[in-house]
Amino acid sequence: MASLKDLRNRISSVKATQKITKAMQMVAASKLRRAQVAVEAARPYAERMESVLANLAGDVTSCAPPLLAGNGRDDAHLLVVCTAERGLCGAFNSTIVRLAREHIARLHGQEKTVKILCVGKKGYDQLRRQYEKDIIDLIELRAVRQIGFANGDEIGRKIIKLFEDGAFDVATLFFSRYKSVIAQIPTAMQLIPAQIPASATSREAGKGGAQAVYEYEPPGQDEILSTLLPRNISVQMFRALLENAASEQGARMSAMDSATRNAGDMIRKQTMQYNRSRQAMITKELIEIISGAEAL
Amino acid sequence: MATFHFELVSPEKLLFSGDVEAVVAPGADGQFTVLKDHAPVMAMLKPGVVEITETPSKKEKLFVRGGFADVSQDGFTILAEHAIPLAELDAAKIDADIKDVREDIADAKTDEARRAASEKLAQLQEVKAALGL
Repeated sequence: MASLKDLRNRISSVKATQKITKAMQMVAASKLRRAQVAVEAARPYAERMESVLANLAGDVTSCAPPLLAGNGRDDAHLLVVCTAERGLCGAFNSTIVRLAREHIARLHGQEKTVKILCVGKKGYDQLRRQYEKDIIDLIELRAVRQIGFANGDEIGRKIIKLFEDGAFDVATLFFSRYKSVIAQIPTAMQLIPAQIPASATSREAGKGGAQAVYEYEPPGQDEILSTLLPRNISVQMFRALLENAASEQGARMSAMDSATRNAGDMIRKQTMQYNRSRQAMITKELIEIISGAEAL
Repeated sequence: MATFHFELVSPEKLLFSGDVEAVVAPGADGQFTVLKDHAPVMAMLKPGVVEITETPSKKEKLFVRGGFADVSQDGFTILAEHAIPLAELDAAKIDADIKDVREDIADAKTDEARRAASEKLAQLQEVKAALGL
């Protein structure tokens, strides 16, 4: 059996761990609040963008640009997998990677080419084991403290450049949508060809063609679309990064919360054991003294 | 005067939302003013100043760095690339933008991209001069 000193050491080390997890939880909580504000602030733009795009797409004639209609092929797929840069956030990274993996397996089943663009180191580490040769790039955002639009824009441009070079035909974005502190939903979203939100198109249909015809300035919607579509991809990317950041902090907060609670349970159990063996030792010593005195 | 709903959003946040009387926007092909019941227009914006008239006595000016304007029956929405209130704008910020665009010109690989970037540079310099910075 462990000696009293061993038990004491064990308790103090669990206490130290508990302090760390507690601190991490509190840090995550304050970061989460900031991330949540950022997500909410970015929402109006993305929503307006969607409705503008839906208005435009409703008007589009036969020669839609490839970013909207696709390039007619469906052979090479690009998977943009956004994960965190750090671990210790529960199943956050694994759930995104699992979703991506299922998608890859399905695409492989259909004998399509798969290319992977990793955003965030943790996803890269997990995917590298199986799909090393398919990963074309890794974008690290470790140095970024607060995600700005420039980060999303940069990745968006990279994706568009790859598309224009003919590296892939369909792009899908994987990230975790932030619903609440305890619920983060891993999501797959098609980036290219752009998906026009169903709600917006149905709204238009509901009006039964009553939607007034737009005038365009500069004339011709092509020029506007050719600026708007790349922008839309950057916006979606930016939004995914923000949602991911909030989800990560949420996941970390709940993971650290349960770790702190676990440590508390462990401390309680071990303290009980420590007290028991201390009392047993005292009793034993008393018995020894008493039986010694009786023998005299 | 009749009012309509106007919103100015940038990717990072919603800068303005409310009922206004008139908005002057820097369209790519020239400045235009939007009043109530304007015909639906989709326009590109160049860098410039958006002037919002809430009431004749209450006006607000914001600098936008390009974007889109969407006038529909529901109101007027500007999707700005980047927007800040004019009061917070100073020469250093515009100079930073100008420097960015200069780098774009240097990096441009196609003639088309170079032309677009040069145009933007000219527009930025124009704004800077107009504001007297």
